[in-house]
Amino acid sequence: MTNSWTDIRNTDLVVIMGGNAAEAHPCGFKWVTEAKANRGAKLIVVDPRYTRSAAVSDVYAPIRQGADIAFLLGVIRYCIENDKVQWDYVKAFTNAAYIVKDGFAFEDGLFTGYDEKKRDYDKSTWDYVIGADGYAVVDNSLENPRCVWNLLKEHVSVYTPEMVERVCGTPKAKFLKIAEMIAECSSPTKTMTSMYALGWTQHSKGSQNIRAMAMLQLILGNIGVRGGGMNALRGHSNIQGLTDVGLMSNLIPGYMNLPTEKEVDFDAYMKTRGFKPLRPGQTSYWQNYKKFFVSFLKSMYGAAATPANHFAYDWLPKLDVPFYDVLRAFELMHQGKMTGYFCQGFNPLQSFPNRKKISDSLSKLKFLVVMDPLDTETARFWEKHGDINDVDPAKIATEVYQLPSTCFAEDDGSLTNSGRWLQWHWAGGTAPAEAKRDTWILAQLHLRLKQLYREEGGAFADPILNLEWPYADPGDPTAEEIAKEINGKALGVVKDPADPTKVLVEAGKLVPSFAALRDDGSTACGCWIYSGCFNENGNNMARRDTTDPDNTGAYLKWAFAWPVNRRILYNRASADINGKAWDPSRKLIEWDGAKWSGYDVPDIAPTAKPNEVGPFIMNPEGVSRLFVRGMMRDGPFPAHYEPFESPVINPVSPRMQSNPVARIFQDDLRQFAKAGSTEFPFAATSYRLTEHFHYWTKHVRVNAVLQPEFFVEISEELAALRKIKLGGWVRVWSKRGSVRAKAVVTKRIRPLICDGKAVHIVGIPLHWGFTGVAKEGFGPNALTPFVGDANIETPEYKAFLVNIEPIDWPEA
Amino acid sequence: MNMDLSRRQFLGTAGAGLAGGALGAFGFGEIEAAFADSIRPFKLVNTTETRNTCPYCSVACGVIMYSKGDLKKGEPAEIIHIEGDVDHPTNRGTLCPKGAALLDFVKAETRLRYPMVRRPGSDKFERISWEQALDRIARLMKDDRDANFIAANADGVTVNRWTTTGFLAASATTNETAFATYKVVRSAGMVVFDNQARV
Ligand code: SF4
Repeated sequence: MTNSWTDIRNTDLVVIMGGNAAEAHPCGFKWVTEAKANRGAKLIVVDPRYTRSAAVSDVYAPIRQGADIAFLLGVIRYCIENDKVQWDYVKAFTNAAYIVKDGFAFEDGLFTGYDEKKRDYDKSTWDYVIGADGYAVVDNSLENPRCVWNLLKEHVSVYTPEMVERVCGTPKAKFLKIAEMIAECSSPTKTMTSMYALGWTQHSKGSQNIRAMAMLQLILGNIGVRGGGMNALRGHSNIQGLTDVGLMSNLIPGYMNLPTEKEVDFDAYMKTRGFKPLRPGQTSYWQNYKKFFVSFLKSMYGAAATPANHFAYDWLPKLDVPFYDVLRAFELMHQGKMTGYFCQGFNPLQSFPNRKKISDSLSKLKFLVVMDPLDTETARFWEKHGDINDVDPAKIATEVYQLPSTCFAEDDGSLTNSGRWLQWHWAGGTAPAEAKRDTWILAQLHLRLKQLYREEGGAFADPILNLEWPYADPGDPTAEEIAKEINGKALGVVKDPADPTKVLVEAGKLVPSFAALRDDGSTACGCWIYSGCFNENGNNMARRDTTDPDNTGAYLKWAFAWPVNRRILYNRASADINGKAWDPSRKLIEWDGAKWSGYDVPDIAPTAKPNEVGPFIMNPEGVSRLFVRGMMRDGPFPAHYEPFESPVINPVSPRMQSNPVARIFQDDLRQFAKAGSTEFPFAATSYRLTEHFHYWTKHVRVNAVLQPEFFVEISEELAALRKIKLGGWVRVWSKRGSVRAKAVVTKRIRPLICDGKAVHIVGIPLHWGFTGVAKEGFGPNALTPFVGDANIETPEYKAFLVNIEPIDWPEA
Repeated sequence: MNMDLSRRQFLGTAGAGLAGGALGAFGFGEIEAAFADSIRPFKLVNTTETRNTCPYCSVACGVIMYSKGDLKKGEPAEIIHIEGDVDHPTNRGTLCPKGAALLDFVKAETRLRYPMVRRPGSDKFERISWEQALDRIARLMKDDRDANFIAANADGVTVNRWTTTGFLAASATTNETAFATYKVVRSAGMVVFDNQARV
């Protein structure tokens, strides 16, 4: 989230699209209710199902899953056509005026530079014209036909209300009503918030769904303001944290990148990370990259990371492919190219697409290690459970270890919520029998591995032997010890660069924040964006002061928010070009002639003059991007593509059906149903229920009672078409698998008319399996396709094709 | 007199057996006092309160856990009740159907208690000690790493990566567990590394 849960109270309009907060984030949704009750805010819900969020909305519109970009670009087109643009914001705070290189174009569903064989773009034209002074050329009059604004106008022109209806199945009148409500928020004194979750991310163009809304929010001037923002509701309790701390194949904590093979040494790596400002006087905060990177290496390798060995740069693994994400991991496993796999609190057999492929892949491993508080299907993938887990244990040679770990109630530490608050929690109960904390398990494995390398030698062991491991009990690090490592400390004396006689941090002390980090090896810091979480003031994540001056919802003294306790990102943009709040009733920070101050920690240097320094300090432009240059693989603007399995031919660009650069593995291609397939005529989507959390709560008696068994949800029309009875058994199958379920026939789902054709939707909730106390049942991943988002490989769980028929099945 | 007793204060006082006297002092009549006396002792008396957050979704509602026994004093502690934390700015004491049933998660029958191994071709798990399990896993890791570690690519560039064993990290563990995991995984050269952000 750019903002926080408690900030939603400040909004005028909530748009829930790509999520279902009332059911999936109920206690956060209360802030929508507050805004409605206290400010008269309105709620718009756009979703294929009439969800419980929709039930309390002011306007609900149905949409076909996978059509969100067409809808959003339609709204952008509407705003431009009707001059509903926050012009002062757009001109000062976005790259609308930047001139784009000649050659860049969009035609027949493709941007310039497409290479069909590589399924990739040459992105060299997707960039600004750079002037003789080394800065990007701009035309503040917005008259140049090559400026971003005019290119955007042209790009969205095809998304007329008629086109939106054809693609999305949303009736034109509904769409126009919503577009009109959203457009009102172009006023500097009206804000809209976007609340989304997996309904937007789990598509082959998920990242662009989100971009489309971000662009709309910029056009309306809603980023950086109270009650505005792009608010990813997120899933698991610490998914924000795990991503911040960089637990992904290509990441280093704090959104830095693991080197690739092309970055042969430290200098080559740093060369592309200069982040020289693209406009005069801009902050371009990533210019500090080297400080964060070197401090990270010092936290990994301590004294063994020296200037002479480039702080052990070579000890970091270098990537040969962009990601070793989960889809690639299981593809490699399936090809027999992997030996071992660890699953820490994760249940891939239920969670990853094409369950058959996942099960076959796990069967090819030599060993699997599962660390979990609960008994998971993954740990028992080799166990026969009727037609639900139809395997022969005798034929599976994988050695499986199931290690019991503690749950939240038995562990200390911090979790980062979707509003970027790091909240400390305390253990209150004794763990069952021999269950152990994850940190203990990991420490034990590391120490054993180290011991083996010491005794036996073997493949390059320096990084293992020299891993910084400064814990009082090396076999059992405490959460506080690690939190301090994450925060960072001074190894030598840190002096003020402006005045070398002034000592900023004494050697051995925790750094107050990342501003104290250095690139010479005199500081160590595990995750720079978290710096400040546990400094010499103590554990700031454990703070519990609920003071909130003027009820802004900031709660600056509650826990710690990254970065540097800032609650609303880009908050400089809450004030106009001169530093006065756009909306005096929703003041956040203001310029008093000498400095910035207000209710939040300013997201700008405190003395940076408002007319000179732009609010988007992480970008070398100093402004936000409506045109994102070459930073996304599938285009600098979003474009509508159909899901890889779609009931219709792409009405916008029939020659380019689906995301042209999404990665597809050969074997999986055979397992996609054709567009408009008669064999698989129905558009399926997966979703979650308010009574359950993923695959955990089927272990919880109360929740298992509330929603005991697997079902699929269909419309009355589809039920009539296929002669399916409410509560009757059905078989649902895709090109990859088949499930058996009870049918729930509802009015919450209605067929849509897309491109002249009736599209029936099948809803498939995902909470069952064969462990726990709920009834055994299937899940949607038996059906879903093995393809991910083009930028980050989130699997396309939300849009795929199935067939359905009634079946006889004896009651258990 | 301030009669604005919170529910927790009221019940706490009642359960401690002081109900009659305390209520009498507040001006309640004897009938009310007798009634208060008849209420069974409040179950949370003499429990230890610990602040935590709901482990499910990223709203991260505050919860209070009540345990018999105090972990901080080195005692075994059994959690007997979990409720919303009224002081928490986000949830203000409320919990959804998931959070409200957290006690049943902590005490689920299917919580894991002991390390287990399933041997190749077997149809069951067997108990194994932590020592044996960890020794064996470390051995499996090292053997695979030694056999398949890639120190340099075809062009002779140092790449130091290990692609044949992977690690899927949780998304409900703490940031501290996350960083410890990061250190252990990366120092071994593992690149097949992901978390639950996508599902
Ligand atoms: S109680 Fe419900 S809304 Fe609150 S964190 Fe838990 S799952 Fe999320």
